[in-house]
Amino acid sequence: MQKSGPLLFVYRAYMVIFFIFLVSPLVAAGVFAFNDSMFPSLPWQGFTWDWFFSPVEPKLGLFHDDRLLQGMGNSLYIGLIVATLSVAAGTCNAFLFERKQFPFKNALYVLMVVPLVIPGVILGISILVFASMVANFADAQFGLFLTWLRPGIPLVVMGQFSFLTTITSLVIAARLQKFDISLEEAALNLGASRLRVLLTVTLPFLFPAMFSAFVVAFLVSFENFNTTLMLVGSDAPLTITMYDRMVKVGSTPVLNAVSVVLMLGSGLLALLSVVAQRPKKSA
Amino acid sequence: MSRDASRLSLILLFAPFVLWIGLLIILPQVGIGYTSLREKISWNEYSFGLKNYVDFLGEPVYRNTLLRTAWMSILVTALALVMGFPIAYYIAKIARERSRAALFLMCLIPLWVSDLVRAYGWIVLLRETGVISTALVKWGIINQPIEMLYNDMTVIIGLVYTVILFMIVPLVSTLQGMDDALLEAGYNLGGSRLTVLRRIIIPYAMPGIVSGCIITFMLTAGSYLTPILLGGKNSSWFTEQIYNQFITRYNWESGSAFGVALLVFTSFVVWAGLRLTGQSLATTVAKD
Amino acid sequence: MYDLSCADVTKSFGNFTAVRNVSLDIPSGSFFSILGPSGCGKTTLMRMIAGFETPTSGDIRIKGDSVLTLPPNKRNVKMVFQHLALFPMMTVGENIAYGLRCRGESKSDIGPKVARVLDRVGLPGSEDKQIDQLSGGQKQRIAIARCMVLEPDVLLLDEPLGALDLKLREHMKIELKQLQHQFETTFLYITHDQSEALVMSDNVAVMNAGRFEQIGSPKALYDDPSSGFVAGFVGDSNVLSGTLTEVRGDEAQVMLDGGGLILGRVCDASKAGDKVEVFLRPESLRLGAGAEGTMMAGKVESLLFNGASSRVLIRVDDQLIEVADPEQSSSLVKGADAQVRWSADRARIFARRSA
Repeated sequence: MQKSGPLLFVYRAYMVIFFIFLVSPLVAAGVFAFNDSMFPSLPWQGFTWDWFFSPVEPKLGLFHDDRLLQGMGNSLYIGLIVATLSVAAGTCNAFLFERKQFPFKNALYVLMVVPLVIPGVILGISILVFASMVANFADAQFGLFLTWLRPGIPLVVMGQFSFLTTITSLVIAARLQKFDISLEEAALNLGASRLRVLLTVTLPFLFPAMFSAFVVAFLVSFENFNTTLMLVGSDAPLTITMYDRMVKVGSTPVLNAVSVVLMLGSGLLALLSVVAQRPKKSA
Repeated sequence: MSRDASRLSLILLFAPFVLWIGLLIILPQVGIGYTSLREKISWNEYSFGLKNYVDFLGEPVYRNTLLRTAWMSILVTALALVMGFPIAYYIAKIARERSRAALFLMCLIPLWVSDLVRAYGWIVLLRETGVISTALVKWGIINQPIEMLYNDMTVIIGLVYTVILFMIVPLVSTLQGMDDALLEAGYNLGGSRLTVLRRIIIPYAMPGIVSGCIITFMLTAGSYLTPILLGGKNSSWFTEQIYNQFITRYNWESGSAFGVALLVFTSFVVWAGLRLTGQSLATTVAKD
Repeated sequence: MYDLSCADVTKSFGNFTAVRNVSLDIPSGSFFSILGPSGCGKTTLMRMIAGFETPTSGDIRIKGDSVLTLPPNKRNVKMVFQHLALFPMMTVGENIAYGLRCRGESKSDIGPKVARVLDRVGLPGSEDKQIDQLSGGQKQRIAIARCMVLEPDVLLLDEPLGALDLKLREHMKIELKQLQHQFETTFLYITHDQSEALVMSDNVAVMNAGRFEQIGSPKALYDDPSSGFVAGFVGDSNVLSGTLTEVRGDEAQVMLDGGGLILGRVCDASKAGDKVEVFLRPESLRLGAGAEGTMMAGKVESLLFNGASSRVLIRVDDQLIEVADPEQSSSLVKGADAQVRWSADRARIFARRSA
């Protein structure tokens, strides 16, 4: 739009204010991890690494806090499994919807997108209820104790998988759509078997999308709270542990330290996925 | 490829899809629907009926919480649209090529940060002993610390903050597809800024607006953390009721009924929105 | 024995017949082109030869053996795709080695073979280049090298020059012909561009609506077309429509729709009373007066200068007639009266084409 000077200035000012709004809570969460104080608040008492590395109470640092470390470990474990599974399923879905013809394709496509618009809490409770129904049934009919259908890591994995697969499917399908099918024909024509074509031509082409889908799935899993809350057992992931601490103990700068680690980690991964998606420049 | 091989690969590709959608989406939804219809008579003895729904409708607290959640979600969606549209327009149309990518990435930064961290950041800023309150006292603007948490205003700000990115991203991608020549033609034909905005830009961006609104609304209505942490225990958010029924009271039957109510209610709002704007789920949400 | 033969090949997609009873035999080592407008079925025919489609009926033989039951990756026909389909994630060397690796040849054999074929296409030592570092013409040569390293019985080329700009296309025409000589392999080339087909081929099949209209050498197609479609599609022609009034041996008389009688030669089975078209090549026309029935008079509409291919446009009634004017010697000016003449045997008469 052709804007006159003052109006453009106001517009720019709005943009600046918006971005301040966007980063201020993140800055607040981050900065106070380094404040040498018992509370994440002003006044500034000087810079410290204590909330990361101090081995003793009262300023027990993040890297010596077993509960938080345990939570981080659980998050990592869940995230890797969920991301792997959802990328595998997403790749299958991408091929299914981009390459195959079958009845009710459009309706099924809508069904594939639906998990994205079901509230996370509902996904959580519905899987909890259903898993319990199956487990109770197995118990009553066959005397089987299916503990993995009770709240715990397997259920958390299933809950996160249920909506992450939509995301990975959409990301990978978008890339597959850009694939020139004549590349596959060329490979076949040169004598490659179907499997070889898939491994040497199609999957290498899809790899950047699969990689960023993996990163996105891992991050969303790592940060997920709503679905996880309903399904969590004794092995709580980091977000749940942090929430517990927040509610029970109140905010201490160690939570800011967790925030810093989370932000750094996801920033790094996000950067990685952006780099992977970018087309390679010729040297 | 021979017919058989093609059938086989279709079946192999279909299997994960069916397992996923069937076991993790459809059957669980059926499951809560089923559970919500059960009435507990005594231990391990159930009968079927609508009692859970009757209870839900009969108890004004539950009813009002759902309505309140819905209204606030709509308000948050509207605010996110009004605040986000100029941002998206700036990124898509006004910013220069180089700064465009940077601005867009900056917009995405909070997306990569957990809900929890974001809400925690607001707590650090807004609570009575928080940064803003302390700073205002220090500068002599107010006499004593004030509590800025635990009110509706804060909940709305926090929610807008959490979801606005999901509004901006689809808007940017639709607006980027718009040919500048359309705008130039609009001005050239004598349109004022307002006419061009109303007649050209907004209709063109409609799929993006609808898709942004759907995602924003669903995320808001289904959110849990932000209203609880910023609104405190009295935030009266509907997901909190569901959590209470399930985890605190261990009343799964009633909790399931609440879940179904939320799902039906939000689906209805989304459906009504799609109908009003003449869009479909496949053309909006699935597009990006 | 022929390198490639098709016998009565037909391909239908539902109710639509893309290729109808096509037969062809391509002798070893020749350059054969299939020329036709887009949608005529030429690509479908090629895809059947490569094995990506299965004929509804008919047989395809390579070196005498039927290949209908062979999957595409087992046929010794290689294909250069329309957009070349070079693998972007591999280097030039890996692209060329791809087929050899699929065959399971040993590493020590592959290296020298790749080097040799790169040498032959004039790009020695470019194994480690990335595909997007290559120019359009180089990509073309790599795509051919990738196929030729496998020593195919037949090389299929699906309009590979289509994506190049005009100048490069002219250059690549000559280069392709030279490459074919060098490798002494049978080339089957598909194009909608008549000049590509005429310049490079030993034989050309003109295809229209799923059928072959005519197979012959470029000169035969140009000088002696067997149908109105071929006459109109191969080379430039002035086309006058009218009704055949009288046939006397070789010579015939046509009453033009716009009025006037002209003489020509009937080249198909048209009889007196049929609706026909008269084809006159611009270079068969001369400026100046001629005998009754082999001349027309009009006014100069414009002079199109293009060196040796210069033309004069003459308006006769409501039709523009194109006349070759290689010397540009004429002192014609725009708007002047002008006459064109021809010899009756150069005016070919065919039944009117539908639509």
